[in-house]
Amino acid sequence: MTAEPALQTPEEKVSYLAAGHSVRSWLLTTDHKRIAILYLISITGFFFIAGIAAALIRLDLLTPQGDLLTNEGYDRAFTLHGIVMVWFFLIPSIPNTFGNFLIPLMIGAKDVAFPRLNLLSWYIYVLGGLFTVYVLIVGGVDTGWTFYTPLSTMFANGHVIAVAIAVFIVGFSSILTGLNFIVTIHKLRAPGMTWGRLPLFIWSHYATSLILVLATPVLAVTLVLLASERLFHLGIFDPALGGDPLLFQHLFWFYSHPAVYIMILPAMGVISELVSAAAHKRVFGYWFIACASLAIAAVGFLVWGHHMFVAGQSIYASAIFSFLSLVVAVPSAIKVYNWTATLYKGDIRIDPPLLFAMAFIGLFTIGGLTGLMLALLAIDVHVHDTYFVVAHFHYIMVGGAVSAFFGALHFWWPKITGRMYSLIWGRISAGLIFFGFNLTFFPQFILGYLGMPRRYHVYPPQFQTLNVLSSAGASLLAAAYVLPFFYLVYALRNGAPAGPNPWNAAGLEWTTPSPPPKHNFETTPEVDRPAYDYPLAKRSADG
Amino acid sequence: MSGLFQLAPPEASAHAAQVDHIFLGFLALTVLLTAPVFVLLIYYAAKYRQGRPADRTHAPSRGPLIETSWAVIPFLLAIGFFVWGTFLFFQGSRAPLDALTINVVGKQWMWKFEHPGGQREIDALHVPTGRPVRLVMTSQDVIHSLYLPALRLKQDVLPGRYTSLWFNADRPGVYAIRCAEFCGFDHSVMGGRFIVMRPEAYARWLAQAGTDGSLADQGFKLFRAHGCSGCHSDQSTRRAPALAGLYGRATPLEDGRIVTADDQYLRDSILYPARDVAAGYAPIMPTFAGQLSEAEVLRLVAYLKSLGPKEPAQ
Repeated sequence: MTAEPALQTPEEKVSYLAAGHSVRSWLLTTDHKRIAILYLISITGFFFIAGIAAALIRLDLLTPQGDLLTNEGYDRAFTLHGIVMVWFFLIPSIPNTFGNFLIPLMIGAKDVAFPRLNLLSWYIYVLGGLFTVYVLIVGGVDTGWTFYTPLSTMFANGHVIAVAIAVFIVGFSSILTGLNFIVTIHKLRAPGMTWGRLPLFIWSHYATSLILVLATPVLAVTLVLLASERLFHLGIFDPALGGDPLLFQHLFWFYSHPAVYIMILPAMGVISELVSAAAHKRVFGYWFIACASLAIAAVGFLVWGHHMFVAGQSIYASAIFSFLSLVVAVPSAIKVYNWTATLYKGDIRIDPPLLFAMAFIGLFTIGGLTGLMLALLAIDVHVHDTYFVVAHFHYIMVGGAVSAFFGALHFWWPKITGRMYSLIWGRISAGLIFFGFNLTFFPQFILGYLGMPRRYHVYPPQFQTLNVLSSAGASLLAAAYVLPFFYLVYALRNGAPAGPNPWNAAGLEWTTPSPPPKHNFETTPEVDRPAYDYPLAKRSADG
Repeated sequence: MSGLFQLAPPEASAHAAQVDHIFLGFLALTVLLTAPVFVLLIYYAAKYRQGRPADRTHAPSRGPLIETSWAVIPFLLAIGFFVWGTFLFFQGSRAPLDALTINVVGKQWMWKFEHPGGQREIDALHVPTGRPVRLVMTSQDVIHSLYLPALRLKQDVLPGRYTSLWFNADRPGVYAIRCAEFCGFDHSVMGGRFIVMRPEAYARWLAQAGTDGSLADQGFKLFRAHGCSGCHSDQSTRRAPALAGLYGRATPLEDGRIVTADDQYLRDSILYPARDVAAGYAPIMPTFAGQLSEAEVLRLVAYLKSLGPKEPAQ
């Protein structure tokens, strides 16, 4: 073997990757595919930063005394973990990478509607990220990612303002991306690509974009109010200044609950693609799933009060929020059952993407149903703010959204890079992630029901066994998350050329070469069939 | 005892047992709803694996009826639990009138409790069995949350506001008190012991705990020391309203509103007198914000409550 890079395939020579190799050609690109890669690299960086914070937390919790970090250091570690994971990894994760890369390809467009705005959105993200890195370097912040007042405005002594600026800035990146996707989906569909022929990935990103545009400004307003109180002692949230601390919680969750759907809706879109492609079959109940995404986006705005059942809000408000929280679960239940039904009578390839999708369905279902437990008032009063909640939302955001992210990575990697990775290693890492995840977070359900509150640095000794189990799972999970980095990067040079459609999947993105040419399609495609229109030729030969 | 084999904290009240029941009930529903998904995912993946012979004809791609049914049936089952959970929650939110009221003040990072007789304790709470106990709580600084896992109860404790919870503990023992709302550096060690005792033992504890007089008496001392009695006297209502019989009464305000004179109203009227001025009076009362701690305000409120709804003739 020589040290020469692998021979470039003819497709690669004319692909978007070959359209300039200079740093400038990347940093000033307006190609949605290149911007997606810029995002992929930057969110991976933040994923590792937040992951290191999580590792510190789990190491520290090996012993009840918490002897690795000080109380202050521990508070800063979990605050950083939350802020970076939520705003710098999870929210942009699937939409800004895979959404950016795939939406134009899937609808048969050359690019998004506003390519320069798309690049600006990445620069705004980077600017917000730099503020976060600054906060990290100068010592962090200790309010929790929720910034509850008056702790955050009048008592905490970390760098609250700097981190509020970081989150404020990165919000504009979300808004611009959401706006861009909405316009793109409305205006740039190829001829014949009617709304009823859109892949479900597009529907879920459309719903996500609506939330991004409508909810994110509320967060911006809230952060400005928070900063006004902290800097100028304007009495907004602190009762000592005449404010109302519950007002903050209402505003914060009015954004942050829909934000959960910003994280999970794109993941659901990914799963619809993965399951259908693995089964080589049309998704069962297309319209139910498409409408479910819109329903989640709409009802998701009406459930924020379930974060405040013990906060002191009216008990009647609590009852209504409890009810609506059960309602918002219905569309999610439809999706889970429909994905399962999609496999029925399929022609199923058990490749890494399907394994990640199955991991998603299992973990998301557990996360969703424990979410319903939390929506029941009497149960929530006991387990609110305990590890039960921590376990629940990690099942949704990590078990759900991050598994889907990895599933998407394994499904579209050949399309993005033109190279196939090792399927065996892909299957191994899907299995390890599933096992490590459950070992990390399942014990936390029990810890929570036993009464261990979240954000506890020092804990009673009777909780040690379960914490040690959780930390053991976390080390496995960390290894499992690093693993794909090696074989995927290895495949960049050494992987076999993937060909346009390695999974034999339907969808316009698989009709163009891998990696796609700069303008996606040689000629603008004309669409004359619904999504997931799998040819039955092979199946009739079997039957 | 190892935490591994213990799946729930001890149950120190009937309410705790009911919460465990609804939890286990919903857990059963969870298994019922998820088992088909988990089993079928694996079964289908194996049965319809590419290359395996299987009947793949007439694969359905939609089924509005079955889709509606698996949307609606789980929802209706969940609604049953919604009714149950809400009922339990509402039950827990209205304390019986004869409840023993204990004042709670949270501050970074300790819990202070004051019994009606004036007994004070820090990071420990003694209560009798077989009697409703109501905790009236406020915070001196940030938001805390009083969490009693053995009762399956918690309630956030807010600055500037009274929140409350009530319970009827029936199993003597020593349980945990924890703070559940992140409140700064020592959040994780802001806790204490929750001691449930038989009524006789509680009475003995009260007797030996020592007190500077009941809360109402201590409140009366504060009432005089801060000069409140100079204006608020039963003899003259020229400058300020008389306070006897005020507690719990509908009180007309200068701006036309009518409010109930509850704990929160009394507190706010002491600390922010200009906010709700009683009808017929000028806003001349000075503020006591910054001069009185939350614990002292609670004592004053206890004194005002002791003047409570009495016969006009008295």
